[in-house]
Amino acid sequence: MPPSLPPLYPITLQHGLLLGAALFSVGLAGVLAKRNAIVILMAVEVMLNGVNVTFVAFAGYLQPPVLTGQVFAVFVIAVAAAEAAVGLAIIIAIYRLRQTVQVDKADELRG
Amino acid sequence: MSQNAWIVAALPLASFLLIAAGARRSERASAWLTIISIGLGAGISGLVLAEVAGGARVQQSFAWLPLSGAFGLSLGFQVDPLTATMLVVVTSVSLLVQIYSLGYMRGDAGYSRYFAAMSLFTFSMLGLVLANSLLTIYLFWELVGLCSYLLIGHWHERPEAAAAAKKAFIVTRFGDFAFLLGILFLYWHAGTVDFTGLEQAAAAGRIPAAALTVGMLLVFCGAVGKSAQFPLHVWLPDAMEGPTPVSALIHAATMVAAGVYLMARTSPLLEHSATAMLVVAGVGGFTAIFAATMGLVANDIKRVLAYSTVSQLGYMMLAIGLGAMAAGVFHLFNHAFFKALLFLCAGSVIHLMNTNDMFEMGGLRRQRPLAFWATTIAALSLAGVFPLSGFWSKDEILAAASAQPLLFAAALVTVFLTATYMFRVIFLTFLGSPRGHAHEHPEPVSMAIPLAVLIVPSILTGLLGAPMVGNPLGSFLEGQAAHAEFDPTVAALSTAVALGGILFAWALYGGGKTEPAARLAAQFRPAHQLLVNRYYMDHLYDWLVRRVVLGIGWIANRIDLGLIDWMVNSVGAAAVAAGGSLRRIQSGQVQTYAWAFFAGAVTLAVVAAWPMLMGTR
Repeated sequence: MPPSLPPLYPITLQHGLLLGAALFSVGLAGVLAKRNAIVILMAVEVMLNGVNVTFVAFAGYLQPPVLTGQVFAVFVIAVAAAEAAVGLAIIIAIYRLRQTVQVDKADELRG
Repeated sequence: MSQNAWIVAALPLASFLLIAAGARRSERASAWLTIISIGLGAGISGLVLAEVAGGARVQQSFAWLPLSGAFGLSLGFQVDPLTATMLVVVTSVSLLVQIYSLGYMRGDAGYSRYFAAMSLFTFSMLGLVLANSLLTIYLFWELVGLCSYLLIGHWHERPEAAAAAKKAFIVTRFGDFAFLLGILFLYWHAGTVDFTGLEQAAAAGRIPAAALTVGMLLVFCGAVGKSAQFPLHVWLPDAMEGPTPVSALIHAATMVAAGVYLMARTSPLLEHSATAMLVVAGVGGFTAIFAATMGLVANDIKRVLAYSTVSQLGYMMLAIGLGAMAAGVFHLFNHAFFKALLFLCAGSVIHLMNTNDMFEMGGLRRQRPLAFWATTIAALSLAGVFPLSGFWSKDEILAAASAQPLLFAAALVTVFLTATYMFRVIFLTFLGSPRGHAHEHPEPVSMAIPLAVLIVPSILTGLLGAPMVGNPLGSFLEGQAAHAEFDPTVAALSTAVALGGILFAWALYGGGKTEPAARLAAQFRPAHQLLVNRYYMDHLYDWLVRRVVLGIGWIANRIDLGLIDWMVNSVGAAAVAAGGSLRRIQSGQVQTYAWAFFAGAVTLAVVAAWPMLMGTR
């Protein structure tokens, strides 16, 4: 195994956190702004991935080094898959009921 | 036997329970159970009386509601001369009236119910007489009121009877309420409601004089209601809607005398308060003359007798208020027999004529000779003619009243009025020629026997208080050799006045003619109208209820609807309005909610990071 070279331009914690925050914000904007339920679901996935990046970024800085952050990220990916499955099932059910997936049309619970 | 005097009361209770449990299916069984139980009771009462005359006294109590410490309520009975005398009166009159009812009520749809109520009444009345404390007496007091209600309303399908039953119950409630207050008041001051305890407390001066006066006046209010004294007399004439034997037993001989009995029982307390005595005597004397005047113009034979009862009860109250307790009870004793007899005779002619109106009767002397002679004897006794029973007791009362000119005058005028209205009844009903149509049917033997039997005490009981045999009843009741208050002058005067009353009645109605009376009525039309309308007392009460009570009710209703309901409704309306404005927040738009989450998360983050942002950490 060749000795690892010192990085040309080191990736710091800030880089990871900025990337995570950027992903989270993009996802949040999608959730708040988009009307299509499938797009909202995708945006939620983006938010979750932003969280994952943050976990992994912090994990590299733990002393002594443990894998907790990475394991958490793997769990989040698994749970997100399950959530996507349930979410899509709900969206299909709404579509069958109302012939649309626009969330602003599904306002049955208005007071 | 006197140790177990409570059996006298328990027997009719047992017959009531048996009738209620199933004997009611057989009319004969119901009637005979009642008669046998009361007959046994009458026998035992006689034994008790003999024992008490021999000196026996009984006083028994058991704790009913033992509350904390010395505070507690007990029930009990006592046997003393007054109780023993009353036991004999109640059981003997009751027995005769039940026998009379056998024939009078025959064919009535409520025959068993009638006898059940009569049993219950007899039980209650005997319990009232045996009671040894104000509390016990109050229990039975209310029970006799209930029985009175049931029996006045026996023919409840008739609106007048139902109304009269309600009237009797409600009017007496006014007095009963004051009576209860009086019991509580006396308990408050004396710490006991037993008669002996109260007497000792009063004798030892442990009850303040003013408190005793107030307490006794409140107790007297109860007696005013039950004994139909002014101003609560209005229920008794209406109570004549009940069957005639009921009127005889309850509304003449026994229950209405309960008020007099109560005052006689509490007379040792009353004697400590001159004010209360004066009030009792005043109300009694006024009622005596007041009711007698109304009796002069009534056309319903039973109503005349009812006014007469009110008037005679006033006499008894007068005697007790004057401190002549024995004279009052003596009159009660005599009155029970001759007034029961008068009512049973009235029942006999009503049974014959199917009407109560004396102007539709007339000439019944030939069809009902026994009733005619019995009525005449009882009327002479009631009017106080020598030597019948009423003469002795009435003169004892008059002699007691002779020191008080005003009361004596009232009592003497009442003697005149009594003789007049009683002989008006006799002349209109039995003499002259028939004005109505008789439904000829023979009188049942069961109705004739009590009439014949009651004639005897109507003549003879007066001798128990006669001065020449030493006034045995008076001595018995007062527990010491009582001198009969007998004044030959007073006796002669009252007899003369009574004879004058009879002559006056003869002048107006003699031989069954009615024209002189009608002419007199036309001549004194305002006075006649006043009497016919019963001094407008019923109108006054009607006005009071309709205008005053309902007016207050109307105001209370407005306040309830306008203020109290308004406040409650406002609270509800405020909640609804708040909900209406809050519901707009719940739009059903998930993204709006998401914005709310976001805003909340940002706020939390800012709050958590605040120290850092301000550079303090």
